[in-house]
Amino acid sequence: MQLDGKVPGGQLSEKWDRHRFELKMVNPANKRKYHIIVVGTGLAGGSSSAALAELGYNVKTFCIQDSPRRAHSIAAQGGINAAKNYPNDGDSIWRLFYDTIKGGDFRSREANTYRLAQVSNNIIDQCVAQGVPFARDYGGLLANRSFGGAQVSRTFYARGQTGQQLLLGAYSSLSRQIAAGKVKMFPRREMLDLVLVNGQAKGIVVRNLITGEFESHEADAVVLATGGYGNVYYLSTNATSCNVGAAFRAYKKGAFFANPCFTQIHPTCIPHSGEYQSKLTLMSESLRNDGRVWVPKNPGDKRRPNDIPESERDYFLERKYPSYGNLAPRDVASRSTKEECDAGKGVGTTGYAVYLDFNDVIERDGIDTISKKYGNLFDMYKNIIDENPYETPMMIYPASHYTMGGLWVDYNLMSNIDGLFVLGEANFSDHGANRLGASALMQGLADGYFIIPYTIGGYLAGTAPSEVSADHPAFNEATQAADERIKKLLAIKGKRTVDNIHRELGQIMWKYCGMARNKEGLNKAIKLIQELREEFRENVTVPGSDSDYNLSLQKAGRVADFLEFAELMVTDALAREESCGGHFREEYQTEEGEAKRDDEDFCHVAAWEYGGYGKAPIFHKEPLVFESVELTTRSYK
Amino acid sequence: MKQGINTINITLKVWRQKGHKDKGRFETIPVRDVETHMSFLEMLDVVNERLTLEGKEPIEFDNDCREGICGMCGAVVNGIAHGPEKGMTLCQLHMRKFSDGDTIAVEPWRARAFKVVKDLIVDRSSLDKIIQAGGFISMIAGGAPDANAIPIPQEIAEKAMDAAACIGCGACVAACPNASAMLFVGAKISQLALLPQGKPEAAKRALSMLREMDELGFGNCSNETECEAVCPKEISIANIALFNREFLKAGFGSSEK
Ligand SMILES: Cc1cc2nc3c(=O)[nH]c(=O)nc-3n(C[C@H](O)[C@H](O)[C@H](O)COP(=O)(O)OP(=O)(O)OC[C@H]3O[C@@H](n4cnc5c(N)ncnc54)[C@H](O)[C@@H]3O)c2cc1C
Ligand code: FES
Repeated sequence: MQLDGKVPGGQLSEKWDRHRFELKMVNPANKRKYHIIVVGTGLAGGSSSAALAELGYNVKTFCIQDSPRRAHSIAAQGGINAAKNYPNDGDSIWRLFYDTIKGGDFRSREANTYRLAQVSNNIIDQCVAQGVPFARDYGGLLANRSFGGAQVSRTFYARGQTGQQLLLGAYSSLSRQIAAGKVKMFPRREMLDLVLVNGQAKGIVVRNLITGEFESHEADAVVLATGGYGNVYYLSTNATSCNVGAAFRAYKKGAFFANPCFTQIHPTCIPHSGEYQSKLTLMSESLRNDGRVWVPKNPGDKRRPNDIPESERDYFLERKYPSYGNLAPRDVASRSTKEECDAGKGVGTTGYAVYLDFNDVIERDGIDTISKKYGNLFDMYKNIIDENPYETPMMIYPASHYTMGGLWVDYNLMSNIDGLFVLGEANFSDHGANRLGASALMQGLADGYFIIPYTIGGYLAGTAPSEVSADHPAFNEATQAADERIKKLLAIKGKRTVDNIHRELGQIMWKYCGMARNKEGLNKAIKLIQELREEFRENVTVPGSDSDYNLSLQKAGRVADFLEFAELMVTDALAREESCGGHFREEYQTEEGEAKRDDEDFCHVAAWEYGGYGKAPIFHKEPLVFESVELTTRSYK
Repeated sequence: MKQGINTINITLKVWRQKGHKDKGRFETIPVRDVETHMSFLEMLDVVNERLTLEGKEPIEFDNDCREGICGMCGAVVNGIAHGPEKGMTLCQLHMRKFSDGDTIAVEPWRARAFKVVKDLIVDRSSLDKIIQAGGFISMIAGGAPDANAIPIPQEIAEKAMDAAACIGCGACVAACPNASAMLFVGAKISQLALLPQGKPEAAKRALSMLREMDELGFGNCSNETECEAVCPKEISIANIALFNREFLKAGFGSSEK
């Protein structure tokens, strides 16, 4: 089946305005007859819940954590992009759009990416009005910094805690709507299934994580804003509860999963150190504004970094990509780092790390300036590694960070299931094969504050308020099935813990479907994943019961989903016989070792339909049509 | 990474409680060969793996980001909320701060307004309720003026950011002899009162948040300063003074009662 992204006609710059005008509307008095479920309270879910309630809809919002304020978005450090052009350095909506689409290696939908750039400025206005304390210069105006893949300074930030401040802004608006009775908040709930009635999304089944009880919730539309699946690699910069579960349940109910193999490995994370390790900590991309990345020129050089003279250092990003230097986009920087380490030039105990050095900038600007800019990151590093980065260069290595793939959505952010909308990292639409830094926060808030409030109206206006209640048999069926899955997990009583199996899955994915992929490895991965899935079904052990708080049981359900989902990711990676952005197939590279796209055969979104347990998924394609930009070879040299 | 792996042996005395109706008790668990590079939570992970394989129930504790920002984790370690290191959450605490042979007591936050859910997990929804009572600026998506329309002196923006850094973990409540949430409330009120956008509602906000705090069973502030000492974000009690000012204004200066 060929998918239709429902991109409106007209000039690129006029599409959104025109579409907003053409969308059907729900009149203000009727809005209160509609109920909307929002799953997730990150930037996408928090902002959409608030904005939809402000319009008058009745919203029910769900999250896993004990409070909506703790969604994973809270951890974003570096910043959020917008095309304000306050520094007068040549930015514009067009440039932000172009950088984003080029950064994504021309694998995103042009019209969506353009709209993202268009609403970016409203986001900054909105956040300032909410009381988000962005960094300011001495004159009291907003300050900007630079991020990878851009030659202008367009990133707004609140120290190293931008995600926290933006999320607390959304959370405050959400709290206001909770107090007004327009949002009913359900924390510590995990969505275990999506409920369809006559092919339309009409509700969800959740588990109360404290009592273990199932609950059914009905609505006129369901919005998923459940984040990304970076934890498929086990070790990642994501919070421990990040999972693919909600999206995967929707997939099993017929929603298409788009470009699952597009994952982002972030170049600057604190390297792996031991077996017990539970997560990897990001060192914000903003550090690459001032830090210089290098390795010793000679493989196996064991001297301490400060003892290695300038002439024996290789600042490899500056050497390979002179025009972007240390600010080359993430996929490029990560791959380059891996290459250096594979060539034996890596440093640290494992040889899988490179230096990020601040010596020059400290000499230039002084310690005070640097500590004001990055103090909290430096402290974080020192605390984890027990070395002082003001004196000794940091050691960094790439880690799983973000997932560009996600549920397929059209221009209205609706999936192929009527009434199921998907926002934020959970959808696939705006970043193509690689996301630029500071663009995920922008997308989450764009989707939530400025897009869904319009597009959901267009859907609801054509649908009478739902008569479906939670005693509809479809809810009962979904509950039964979820309960069975849980009972099964508890009954296996094998010999391996959930984390232990998850860690092994992560190693498989990292090795064969990480920064570089090839056919042989991917085929091997499929076999290994299938074996591991069997191992899990026979030999996992889940302690405790299903009638009180049981984190191991929650994790078991999520890992079971990852074990199935991983195969889909690998299948997608196998099918995409080209290199683009974060998807680097070793068979398809230029002589200089850069990604080689195949626009002839792969200029499309790969959207997969569930084919049944153990069966191959069904491939659908949305051709990507570029009306306004020319497809060029991405070059950062 | 410093070369070499150091390990220590410790004894955990950890609080086990099935639910809020259960009485709860300390359980003693000897733990051998703890690598000092581990974080405190990774040490608990290792203990939990072992308990699981022995067929026992693991120790339940809240955590998510594991980098000190989500506010999900927290326990009282050797009598101190979030443990012995200043300005740090429990997930950022590393085992290198402990010595071989140490006995480490771990208990949940204890406060009237926080019920124990299980083991080290408590119910902090009362903090959300305080925010719902007024910890926001009343505005809706779409109506904002240009972000640079109102310049805000850098010093003020920085002060607001200091207060806004609160992660809502509840350590301040756990540490306070009166189980007051005054630092939490004060931080939010200061952040918003400092910014021009938050000024119009400042007085009303202070009054209504404080009222909610009382109703939820939090105690009063008697300047014990224990909260500031344990705050992982080192939020200053100066925020409480600012709060009091807002509160006084609200009490005497406005029609809001
Ligand atoms: C360390 C780090 C730093 C980052 N820094 C930046 C940055 O500087 N700039 C930038 O632009 N981006 C950054 N990113 C990326 C960005 O933070 C995320 O992509 C973005 O915040 C995702 O937001 P979201 O709303 O889509 O999802 P999330 O914030 O992940 O929220 C997901 C929500 O869904 C809920 N949920 C999930 N599954 C279920 C379920 N089954 N049932 C019920 N609820 C569920 C969760 O409880 C949560 O509330 C960073 C990411 C990381 C990991
Ligand atoms: S787990 Fe997030 S602050 Fe500790």
